[in-house]
Amino acid sequence: MLNMKKYVAPETLQDAWSLYSTNPNNVILGGCAFLRLGKKKIATGIDLCNLGLDYIKDHEDYVEVGAMTKISAFATHKHITQNFKNILPDCVENIVGVSFRNTATIGGSVFGRYGFSDIVTALLALNAEIELYKGGHMTLSRYLKAPPKFDILTAIRIPKDKDGRYHYASMRHSSGDFPMLTTAVCRTDQGYTLSVGARPLRAQKAKKAMAYLNDILKTAEQVGENHLQMASELVCEELSFGSNMRAKEAYRKHLCKVLILRGLKEVSNGH
Amino acid sequence: MDIRTMINEETRTLEVFPGESLAALLRRYGYLEVRTGCDTGSCGLCTVWMDGKPILSCSTLAARAAGHSITTIKGVGKEGENLAKFLVAEGADQCGYCSPGFIMTVLSMKKELKNPTESAIKHYLNGNLCRCTGYEGQTRAIKKWLVSSKGA
Repeated sequence: MLNMKKYVAPETLQDAWSLYSTNPNNVILGGCAFLRLGKKKIATGIDLCNLGLDYIKDHEDYVEVGAMTKISAFATHKHITQNFKNILPDCVENIVGVSFRNTATIGGSVFGRYGFSDIVTALLALNAEIELYKGGHMTLSRYLKAPPKFDILTAIRIPKDKDGRYHYASMRHSSGDFPMLTTAVCRTDQGYTLSVGARPLRAQKAKKAMAYLNDILKTAEQVGENHLQMASELVCEELSFGSNMRAKEAYRKHLCKVLILRGLKEVSNGH
Repeated sequence: MDIRTMINEETRTLEVFPGESLAALLRRYGYLEVRTGCDTGSCGLCTVWMDGKPILSCSTLAARAAGHSITTIKGVGKEGENLAKFLVAEGADQCGYCSPGFIMTVLSMKKELKNPTESAIKHYLNGNLCRCTGYEGQTRAIKKWLVSSKGA
């Protein structure tokens, strides 16, 4: 499965870090679902499974998810569904199948910053923050833009909003395939947050469109359909899209406009 | 390294290689009912249960089985056999190569979902590929098996 000389499962984060920092060919083992597809020669595989990072805790202002929490447990946990409604179950439901989701971890998806990640797109729109062993606390948005980190991801924090409205959408050739585009739209007390992933670049927030909608919220009583239409066009203008074997740039742009508008209508309905 | 694990309710001490997958370990120790297919985590053929939950044994490190309970199709007993009969009766078992992983996933679906609709069944089995049947026979078989299990 992995070209690995030695396997270690440390009992403390400090031990894991000591091992990790001694040799650039040592690798942190999360869910291993994606790592196994590469050909990297691993000197020592450092398994985080004994560090107690498989948990979901409900705090006053946020929900904290340990990096080793399995994707299936993450999406179906009551603290997640009660606080964020369907956005997280929706974003994982097409990730391969149940057995895969019981194998892959949330930390593996986030730390890998994969462009195709459904989870990263949703977490970005939820304004999630991450906790790194050495780097400390930072927003997911900042982490996604930063150069690759030599660090260990320990937890993800998702801020709560009791009246938040959320929408997630993706387009795939077939159920369970990698997405050709992912979109997430949130409306909270802070205003609108929009993110688009699988462009095929990694997920990014559409800041101009967010600013446009949030300015209207400050001035107008209600966001109208023309505003939503305009915002969906702004998203396509400000973000870059590319082509790969799954979809061409022009198709992704077109999809983005449709999916974002659908999300905006859903979260704005009744407000 | 050696690990202690429970396989089909039997405690075993097994020698594990550092980067070995659980599927490879199980097959090396004679659990040949665990099949391997795509070896990329996409097809579901290698599905076994770890502590009662379906996992992909091709994408799970063998070392992670330490202290856990592993169940293969041979460990599920009569319930698996019963489901297999329904699959055969509906012509849903052609080459049969995907059946062990498929049955393991269906059995865990039954534990997890109450009265699943056809759409919920298909969605749950999303990660189990079958190149022979086109899934129609399997869907029929599962629906009939679920009805029959309720009456049992």
